[in-house]
Amino acid sequence: MTSMKRRIFLKGSLATGAIGMAVSAGLITPRMALAAWPKAAFDATSVDSAVSNLFGSSTLAGSDKIKIKAPDIAENGAVVPISIETDIKGVESISIIAEKNATPLTSSFVLGKDTEAFIATRIKMGKTGSVIAVVKAGGKLYSTGKEVKVTIGGCGG
Amino acid sequence: MSSIKMRATLGDNGVTTVKILISHPMDTGLEKDKKTGNLIPAHFIQEVVCEHNGASVLTAEWGPAISKNPYLSFRFKGAKAGDAIKVNWVDNQGNSDSDETTIQ
Repeated sequence: MTSMKRRIFLKGSLATGAIGMAVSAGLITPRMALAAWPKAAFDATSVDSAVSNLFGSSTLAGSDKIKIKAPDIAENGAVVPISIETDIKGVESISIIAEKNATPLTSSFVLGKDTEAFIATRIKMGKTGSVIAVVKAGGKLYSTGKEVKVTIGGCGG
Repeated sequence: MSSIKMRATLGDNGVTTVKILISHPMDTGLEKDKKTGNLIPAHFIQEVVCEHNGASVLTAEWGPAISKNPYLSFRFKGAKAGDAIKVNWVDNQGNSDSDETTIQ
């Protein structure tokens, strides 16, 4: 059963190669797909300015309803697995901030109406510091943080 | 070969779990080429859009601090087995790719 699923999975990956080719041939313009990427927020060099550029407000309410799953010690800062989950109702977006990175905002996820308030990904961390989750729900911003010790930084240089 | 590997599975609780792996260098623009000593230009995915039956279930905005070969997982309700899930990414150099799978 497992191996059959794997077959289907591989077949699916191959079929979409055609779309990739259409893109490289210039049939589909990549820029069309890109909505407003929040450049100012990603370029911001402090947590405060990243949050205010992203949301237009930097007022964060601490919340114990947000759970961050991250390692206590990350041996390799280039790959730090993070997952964020919350019981807060009506979540519109989840953003992940690495406090001590040169540009702290790592990512922001806008959820659809049927999407659960859960995100898992892997981020780079330059040095030891907090990972901060910012959850937007009902027009308000909630946040919580978790300290991650980084043994080897993951932002080059 | 698609840059995207994805899987969508419907659980007994009616929740679909989507897992996506993308092959991408995610260069920050801060790292030096070890041979030439020149900076490697920033090259990272900026946006990933996931759709179920044509409606967006997740839009991810990324900076260069997402790890190389990005992994992303999320969950949503309201889908049936056999429904299509589509993913599209765009990077800061204008490259893009998309892939589609059916919910198992």
